[in-house]
Formats: sequence, structure tokens, C-alpha cells
Amino acid sequence: MSLAAAPKLWRRLEQLLDRALGARANPIRHLGALAFLAFWLLALSGLWLYAVLDTSASGAYASIEALSRVPWSIGGVLRSMHRYGADAFVMLTALHLLRELLHGRFRHFRRFSWLTGSALLPIIAVSAVGGFWLNWDRLGQFSATATAEWLDALPLLGSTLARNFLTTANVSDRLFSLFVFVHVGMPLLLVFGLWFHIQRITRAEVFPPRPLAVGFLATLLALALALPIQSQGPAQLASIPPSLAIDWFILFAHPLMYATSAGLVWAIAMVGFLALLLLPFVPTRIARPTVAVVDPDNCSGCQRCFVDCPYAAITMAAHPSKRAGHQIAVVDVDLCAGCGICVGACPSSTPFRHIEELVTGIDMPQQALTTLRSALRQRLQQHAQSSPHDAADTGPIVLFRCSQGADASAETAGDVITLPLICTGQLPPSFIDYALRDGAAAVVVATCRLSGCTYRLGAQWTSERLSGAREPHLRAAYRDAPNVMLIEADAGENREIDMGLTTMRARLTQFKATSV
Amino acid sequence: MVEVPSTAPRAAPATRRGPAAWVGQIILYGLFALTIGVFSHWPPYHHLSGDEALVKLSIVHAGKPVSDCRQRTPEELAKLPPNMRAATNCPRERSPLVVELDIDGKPAARMSAPPSGLSRDGASAVYRRLPVAAGEREFAVRMRDNARSAGFDYTLERRVTLKPAQVLVIDFDPHRGTLTLQ
Ligand code: SF4
Ligand code: SF4
Repeated sequence: MSLAAAPKLWRRLEQLLDRALGARANPIRHLGALAFLAFWLLALSGLWLYAVLDTSASGAYASIEALSRVPWSIGGVLRSMHRYGADAFVMLTALHLLRELLHGRFRHFRRFSWLTGSALLPIIAVSAVGGFWLNWDRLGQFSATATAEWLDALPLLGSTLARNFLTTANVSDRLFSLFVFVHVGMPLLLVFGLWFHIQRITRAEVFPPRPLAVGFLATLLALALALPIQSQGPAQLASIPPSLAIDWFILFAHPLMYATSAGLVWAIAMVGFLALLLLPFVPTRIARPTVAVVDPDNCSGCQRCFVDCPYAAITMAAHPSKRAGHQIAVVDVDLCAGCGICVGACPSSTPFRHIEELVTGIDMPQQALTTLRSALRQRLQQHAQSSPHDAADTGPIVLFRCSQGADASAETAGDVITLPLICTGQLPPSFIDYALRDGAAAVVVATCRLSGCTYRLGAQWTSERLSGAREPHLRAAYRDAPNVMLIEADAGENREIDMGLTTMRARLTQFKATSV
Repeated sequence: MVEVPSTAPRAAPATRRGPAAWVGQIILYGLFALTIGVFSHWPPYHHLSGDEALVKLSIVHAGKPVSDCRQRTPEELAKLPPNMRAATNCPRERSPLVVELDIDGKPAARMSAPPSGLSRDGASAVYRRLPVAAGEREFAVRMRDNARSAGFDYTLERRVTLKPAQVLVIDFDPHRGTLTLQ
């Protein structure tokens, strides 16, 4: 299998789990949110552990060990959940990074989130490894010594850190305070970093959907009860623990260092980190998206685009008309993803306006709304002129589909007028009644799956606008109309659209039969 | 608008219910728990093989100055600003530390560590971990901290019986001025 097949494979896996569990309960669609949940769990259980921890070199071990002596005590369970939560956090973070990488989400407007996320990795590593030192057992001793030897391999540090772990007498309470600082200070820094990481996206999912959150926490709890974490004997620096139950999620670098060299582990860490930081700057043929443009004459300052933009690319400013309180939307070209979701949000985007060129408040130059309206009109007219008007003809179905998602199969019959959009979020709902009044027999809107939207919120806003839960909404008369259909289908899931079209044709035929 | 009777559901639901979804979730959470439960403990790591001990040779010590203090000539003194005219000039640079370790008569480590600091006036540090077979071993440690002397300024020879997994630390005691094994 070539590396190029990896993104496709990942997408398949996402779709498979969607079908089995539904998008809301599909964990690999909510990796970032699950990692957040793991972090909150770590913070809460960590607070409890900190309250009982004796922060001295001689007392730490006993204070933590006492928690595990009573089976299924709150302290013992929290201790185990703290550890398993940390493993899960590391695993979820790695998968989250992999997913964004495979979806190619690190360039242009996503650069900020990619870079701020990558910058968190060393902080996560230090926070996680440092936790093992606080419980001053043989594993903590091994990890602290290995880390010191690794740091000493850097010439600039003067090669003396590992001397702190030569004999038990060397480990002072002051050194232990440093451990506490590492394991409390670094996670605090992480909170700040995480906040920064989600700055440029609106409505960041910092909590997974309820069923997923419950399942995740219940699994960790079950694991903590079934396999409680045990200390591995108090630290004894005069000997090397002969066999260690090592946490491979977090401490894998220590055995790697002893199997190879500290230099190699440094090289892997530095090259890997630099590669992540440089990735968004690698020249690519993928062009920067064309950004949204505001037309002052048609912008009333209603703020709908500002609210709906998934990337916080719009701010509201004083309108050049200088009327008191009159605002205008302003697009930040560096943040704009070019998704068109703002166009679908704008109240000026209605096709019923009697102007030859449909100019709206905010539009996408690469696919202006007026072109969409003329294409729709023209294709409906063509269909009216060319169709056989025989008994079998049920009239044209207009398919508004997302260019990022699935397409109807190539053999789609001539009764379908396909109009691709940048994202279905670009579609003002009034286009649906416009199409129906202008001769379409039915309208099918195909979005990506919820949580699978390339532009994060496009599928959600479309579904909410069509069901009337969000402005601008589809006219009530059409909301439950059987000839209006919303389909969720990711790229590659063409069958879903085909099936939807077949269902729609059946409805139209049935109607024709009953009305004759 | 064409009025059509309703027959089929709209979009695929975001949440699935029913036995298939339950089985799917159980398998998935089971796999998740298994992955975490297993790799947070297993496979065990053996840092040393069963019959090995570990020797840690770790010394931090400032070498002697590379040369003696000397008196400045009147000409040299005259060139200096008045507030800096100290009669003796002591070099700050220290000698590198040379440490050798033989185990059972065979060379096990040969190290030379430069003094730290930009003016090379800080302590030198050596650190080496050496896994050795447990049992009775003959250790010979030699250290030179003076670039002007030819031989070794400190030596230590000791026979030690190492237990498996034991850590033997070779260090330098600056107060007593001796090499130590502990
Ligand atoms: S195109 Fe998308 S990212 Fe750009 S301003 Fe509009 S909604 Fe925001
Ligand atoms: S939605 Fe349209 S009218 Fe409202 S602020 Fe945005 S561009 Fe202006």
C-alpha cells in the first residue's frame, strides 16, 4: 500500500464507523473533543491526587500507595483513571493529529490551528512523563533517571542532571518541588495553549456528543476498576528494577534511548517537531482559497455571516454609509476558508429579487450567487424544452451538492440537474423554493456527513436552515415537503445520493400515478 | 410546486440505535480499553539482562588552573587602567579532567572532559553508564585534574562483588579529595 492511499483508507474507516454507530457516536470524528474530555478528566482527578500527595521525596510514594491499598476506593479509582486518562489523552492527541494530516488540514487558513496544536506536543510530553516522577516508585525512578540522562546528552546543559539520581540521598525535597512544578505548571501552560489552539475556529467542539462522552468515561472507569494501577515498589537508586511494567504510550522514548542512543532520540524528536512546524509552509499546488467579498450596498450589518462563519474570519465594523449604528461585515483574508457558508447565511442572498445580476451582501467571486441562479434557470428551461413530456417523465430533480462530498453516479439520468456548490452551507434556502416554483419537480440537497464537513459547520447549518431551526430558514411549507430531501454523504459515498434520487423518483412517480 | 405524498425518510440519522449500533459500540470501546489496558503495562521492560549490574561513572570536578599565578611586570601594570592594576595575574582556565576506568584489568572507559564555561573556568563533568556482568570484579579508576602533571593525581583500586541489578557509583569526594565507590 502506498502512502497516498492512507487518506482514502482513513476516510473509509470514518464512513464505516458512521454507518455502524452514527456520526454522533463515531469517535474518530470527534478525536479533538475526546482529547479535551480526557484533559478535563485529568485535571479533576489530578486535583484530587494533588490534595493527598505528600510532596516530599520521602513521603510521596507512601501517600500515593495508600490510595491503592483499599480496593475500589475513590482515591484508588481516581488514581487509575488519572493514568488511563493520560494514556487516552496521548493516544487521542496522536490520532487527532494524524486525522488532520491525512485530511490535508494544515495549510492556508488552517495554519494557525496546526502550528498552535503542534506547539502543544512538547508540553504534553513533559506533563505526561513528569507525572510518573511524582509517584516516586521504581518506574518514576527509571523515568526520571532516563530523562535526566537524555537531557544531559545536550552539550549545553553541562551534563550534570543525572547526578541527582545517583543515590537516594541526592534526591532532595527541592528536587521534588521541581517535579511538582513540572507536573502542575506544564498542564497549566497546556490549558492556555489549548485555548490558543481553538481561537481561530468558532464553536470549537471542546466536549464530545453526550453518548460518546458517556461511553468514553464509562470505559475508563471500567478499566480502572478491573485493572487498578499499582505502584512498583518505592524508588531505590542503589539498584535497577529488573523488570518494569512500563507505560508504552508515554514512556516509550526511554527504552528507545537505551536501545539506540540519546542522540538518536533527540534527532527523532527535533526532526519530527520541525517537520510538523514546517509542513504548512511547504509549497503546494493546492491554491489558496478565493475569499469572500462583501458588497457594502447589500450588507445591512445583520451579523448572520459573522455568527455562521466557522473560522471567525468575519468581524463587524462601522459601515461606510456612516449611518449611526449601521455595521458592515469585514472579511479577514488570512482566515477565510473560502467556504461560502456566509453567502448561505446572508438575507440578501435571495434569488427572488428582481434584479438582472443578483448581488448579495457577501459573495464568493469564484462562484457568485448570480451564476448559480442563472445556471439553475437555464438548466430548468433547457429541461422544459427538451424533455419528452411523456407519461414516464416526472419532471426534473435539482440536486444541490457539496463539491467536497459525494457526487451522483456518472450514469445519473437526464432528469437530474446537478449544481455543485463549494459547500452546501453556501446555499441560501430560498433557492429551494425558487427552484420548485421555477419548474423543478423536486430538490435534493446533498451535504457531507455531520462532523465530516470539510468546513466544519456547513452540513450542520444546512440541516438547521432546512429544518427551520436556523436563519435564514426554508419556508415552512417546504420543510416537510416530500419533494425536498436532505442527504448526508461523504466523498465516495455516491450510492447514498443514488439511493436518494431513486427514492425521490419513486415518490414523484407515485404522485403522478395518484393524481392522474 | 408539485405536491407529492411522503414515503421515505430524509437524511441518514446522525445517531443510530438498534442492536447493530450497540454491538458496534461494545466492540469499539472494548478495543479501546484493551489497547490502553495492555500497552500501559505490557510488554515488561528489562533494563538490564538478568545477570547484569550497572556501573555509573559520574564525576563533576573543577580541574587545577592550567598555569601558576605570575607577577605582572611594571610595563604590563602601566598598560592597565589604574583600578585594575593587581600585581599577580592568575589564569582562570582550568585543566581538563581525564578519567580512566579498567574493569578486571581491561580498559572500560577513557574520558577527557573540558572545563565548562566560556572562559573554561568551570567544573568538568563525566558521566558514563556501563552494564557489567555481576560477580566479583576488579575496578581501577584513575583521574588527572592537572594539565601540568604527567601521571594521574588520584587513583583507586578495589575488588567489588556486584549483585545482579546493583548500581555501583564511581564518584569523586571533593572534601576528602578521593575517588569513591558506593
Ligand atoms: S467564506 Fe467561509 S471562512 Fe470565508 S468568511 Fe465566508 S464563512 Fe467565513
Ligand atoms: S449576512 Fe449579509 S447582510 Fe448580514 S452582515 Fe453578513 S454580509 Fe451583511
